Amino acid sequence: MNRIDNKRRNVVDHRKKQYADPAYKETQYPHRLNFYATPPTADITLEQFEQWAIDRLRVLAEIEACSFRNKAPAETALHMKPILEKYLPLDSNSSSSTQLSVQRQKDHYSHFILRLAFSSTKELRQRFARVETMLFRLRFNADDARERQAFVESLNLDWEPVPDEEKREIASELMATVISSYGKKAYQSIDEETFYRVDWTRVPDLVEQRRVFLRAGKAYVPAKELQSLVVTEFTARLEKSLELTARALPRLDEDDRLTPILDHLSKNFVAPDAGYSGGASAIEGAEITARNIDNLSQHFPMCMTVLHRTLRRDSKLKHFGRLQYTLFLKGIGLSLDECLTFWRTSFNKMTEDVFNKEYRYNFRHAYGDVGGDSNRRGGGYSPYSCQKILTEHAPGPGETHGCPYRHMNMDNLAVQLQASGVTDPAVLRGVKEDKEKQKFHLACNRVFEHLHAKELKKAKDDGVMTASQLETIVHPNEYFKRSYLLKNMGKAQPGGDVKMEGP
Amino acid sequence: MTSGAGGVKLEDLFDMGSDDDEFPSSAVPVKKEASGSPDLIPSSPPDAGPAQHSGSDPELLRTFYQRLFPWRYFFQWLNHSPQPTLDFEHRELSFMLSNDAVMRYQSYRTSDLLRKDVLRLMPTRIEIGPVYSTNPRERKLLQNAANFRPIAKELCFDIDLTDYDDIRTCCDKANICNKCWQFMTMAVKVITAALREDFGFKHIMWVYSGRRGIHAWISDKGARTLDDSKRKVIAGYLEVIVGGAQSGKRVNLRRPLHPHLTRSIDLLKSHFQEDVLEAQDPWRSSERAEKLLQLLPDRELRDALKRKWDASPGRSSSLKWSDIDQVAKTVTNKNFDSKALLDAKQDIVLEYTYPRLDINVSKKLNHLLKSPFVIHPGTGRVCVPVDPKTFEDFDPLSVPTIQQLIHEIDSWTEPEVKSEKAVLDWEKTSLKPYIDYFRTHVNAIMRDERDIKVKRERDGEDGESW
Repeated sequence: MNRIDNKRRNVVDHRKKQYADPAYKETQYPHRLNFYATPPTADITLEQFEQWAIDRLRVLAEIEACSFRNKAPAETALHMKPILEKYLPLDSNSSSSTQLSVQRQKDHYSHFILRLAFSSTKELRQRFARVETMLFRLRFNADDARERQAFVESLNLDWEPVPDEEKREIASELMATVISSYGKKAYQSIDEETFYRVDWTRVPDLVEQRRVFLRAGKAYVPAKELQSLVVTEFTARLEKSLELTARALPRLDEDDRLTPILDHLSKNFVAPDAGYSGGASAIEGAEITARNIDNLSQHFPMCMTVLHRTLRRDSKLKHFGRLQYTLFLKGIGLSLDECLTFWRTSFNKMTEDVFNKEYRYNFRHAYGDVGGDSNRRGGGYSPYSCQKILTEHAPGPGETHGCPYRHMNMDNLAVQLQASGVTDPAVLRGVKEDKEKQKFHLACNRVFEHLHAKELKKAKDDGVMTASQLETIVHPNEYFKRSYLLKNMGKAQPGGDVKMEGP
Repeated sequence: MTSGAGGVKLEDLFDMGSDDDEFPSSAVPVKKEASGSPDLIPSSPPDAGPAQHSGSDPELLRTFYQRLFPWRYFFQWLNHSPQPTLDFEHRELSFMLSNDAVMRYQSYRTSDLLRKDVLRLMPTRIEIGPVYSTNPRERKLLQNAANFRPIAKELCFDIDLTDYDDIRTCCDKANICNKCWQFMTMAVKVITAALREDFGFKHIMWVYSGRRGIHAWISDKGARTLDDSKRKVIAGYLEVIVGGAQSGKRVNLRRPLHPHLTRSIDLLKSHFQEDVLEAQDPWRSSERAEKLLQLLPDRELRDALKRKWDASPGRSSSLKWSDIDQVAKTVTNKNFDSKALLDAKQDIVLEYTYPRLDINVSKKLNHLLKSPFVIHPGTGRVCVPVDPKTFEDFDPLSVPTIQQLIHEIDSWTEPEVKSEKAVLDWEKTSLKPYIDYFRTHVNAIMRDERDIKVKRERDGEDGESW
């Protein structure tokens, strides 16, 4: 009897007992930056819980949007500054702010709340780790140099400085990497610079861009690049603890007040990628058939137009080109049967046998007709967004997929644009400028607006376009849909609001 | 540290001794067959004309798998130890059968079991996948599908001559000759140097893919356990020629050049002169020379060169290449940047010589890649491993075909002086040097793997004694 009583009391007091220890409660925040190693333990109100999480989510969504639009780091920092100040301010120790501990507590708690919300699936975890890393990098760069140094030292990362003797031996190699990365002015003498020797796996981004000298598996990292080391460490630790959170989640001892909040938070963080499913973007009344693709191709964005032209010219496309194009066609509502017909007739130089053996399966796989359980249940892959096309699988030799505004040089791009009827020198010049500034979306939208100038004006005058239909296009299928609706305005009114899912 | 050359030699002897006893039974009937056809002269080279290539003739294939495929070394190569381990047992092998059906997620405990199943199924192609966290055959029995994930695979590279179509003039598509094969020699030199010197990998094996390409397999433990993101990093580090068919100038590098690129240019310079300018002569026609002009800076220089070349059509690429510097001296433009020209020339050398990797093969842990020693169905040639040290002497067109090999076994006659051991079938054929190399390579891997283990055990003991 006694024992049961004890147990019951324990259950009741569980939270109190766990959090009662004042040693936990008084979390100190000596640094502005935080590796989020220890979870928070103090009590906060439910309103704070929700509000802090939402504020952080706003910041993260905005950072992600910057990366989607391919903003340079400096631009992102500029864009984020007011947003960070509004929702998630973090002042430095040297500032005279009295809010230091409150700000840091909010930063700390909101991070952990979102961890709970975004650890359930692998996709969410990856995405959360990616945006949190971006936020960390942003803050790290903005930090006061001395405080940054103190923070880095507090992390106790073991780095081995390169002895002078070895430095002299490889001086010319070190010099070459340093000058090519930071310019001649930055470095006059290798002797004055401290280098660290670390396993190359600890500075992957520096290795990938050939910014450090490598020898026998060791990277020689100048002190300047501490950032890369720290950020990699941050991501690695965060990914690991997210996995642990995911494992602990089902056993999470919490009441039913939090679950709906967490659920709601994670739903508001849907990947823009996932926003397009075949049915959602199909247009009523449009004849989407294999035979009609040539005709429909006038509404395609350049990335698909180029693929279509290549296909018509060569009667074949390479793997990623097929994938990008197939998924787009699926997105505009082409059925699997029609899609197979389309490719079969387009690949007119190969035998039925070769087509069936080597290609048919892949098209069916993309539609989710074959493959593993999850592929079939998910209806295959979703059509690629601009983000995906811009950043993944840059075209290699002989390949024509990707984003023409990014992956083609200006001369070839101009030829393609002129073939689509963009001959106005002002527009071409604008595209060139956008391309140079790496604003590929702007270039694409510029071309869209030029090609649909008349219809857009009419639509605006008549007020038939909703606000969301005038937003920047960030998905090839959205381009097609808008183009089709505009050009057929007389026949079919643009029906409904085009739903753009986003953070 | 202390296990010096002495220990190494012992291991070699041990391995070779046990290997040579493998499948002695298959050697016995061969000798009978060979003596049954004494009229065949062993020294005469068998007819390997392209007309009779059919790599997937089931009878030939059966004999090949039965008597020539080096099952044991293959097993040790993937297993990293003479005793069966999970490295092999959980490894996915995939078979393509003669009806083009693909059987994925096959796995075996030992080389004998694998051999038996291959002889039963007679796949025309064997592909190698990753080692999984659980046995691939049992993946459907798992409650949680997340427990079935790839954990290790050799780091692989794939280079294909079709990717050189825009710069080679001798052949195109699937065709190759000794002229364009030099691109592969260059690729092997550059990639091997980078992997060894920069990343510190030791166990690098190049395999001829049977027709027009080569694969690299890196078996160091550190390379096998790399995750996808790290593989992508290596791929990015090595990738220099970027962009598709329409992206214009495809080599864009920061200056000064990274030490890896400086070294690559040193390795490639002489090849550029001999194998590109002279052998390929890529800019002889004026349309092709136009491409060269586009890669050069400064309009005045380009115009002057164009005039000069239009005046003497058919000027060779070597001459055109040296014209660039000649004409550059006469350029009067004050803003002319001789450094930019030098950089552009370096970029051109790289664009025409630097390896063009099929990078997607290297990026993913679970990418399947064709196994060494299978028969290419189109050419009938064996996918043989090649020592990077002697890659320059390697001639893809003289790689033995399956027909030739079977013929060689048949026409083998016993030497006057009998050796004590039975002669294995592959030792009677021109496959021998390739299998010898493979065995040396595999032994080196196993030796390293064992040293790691021994070291760990020793460290463990030290820890306890403290």
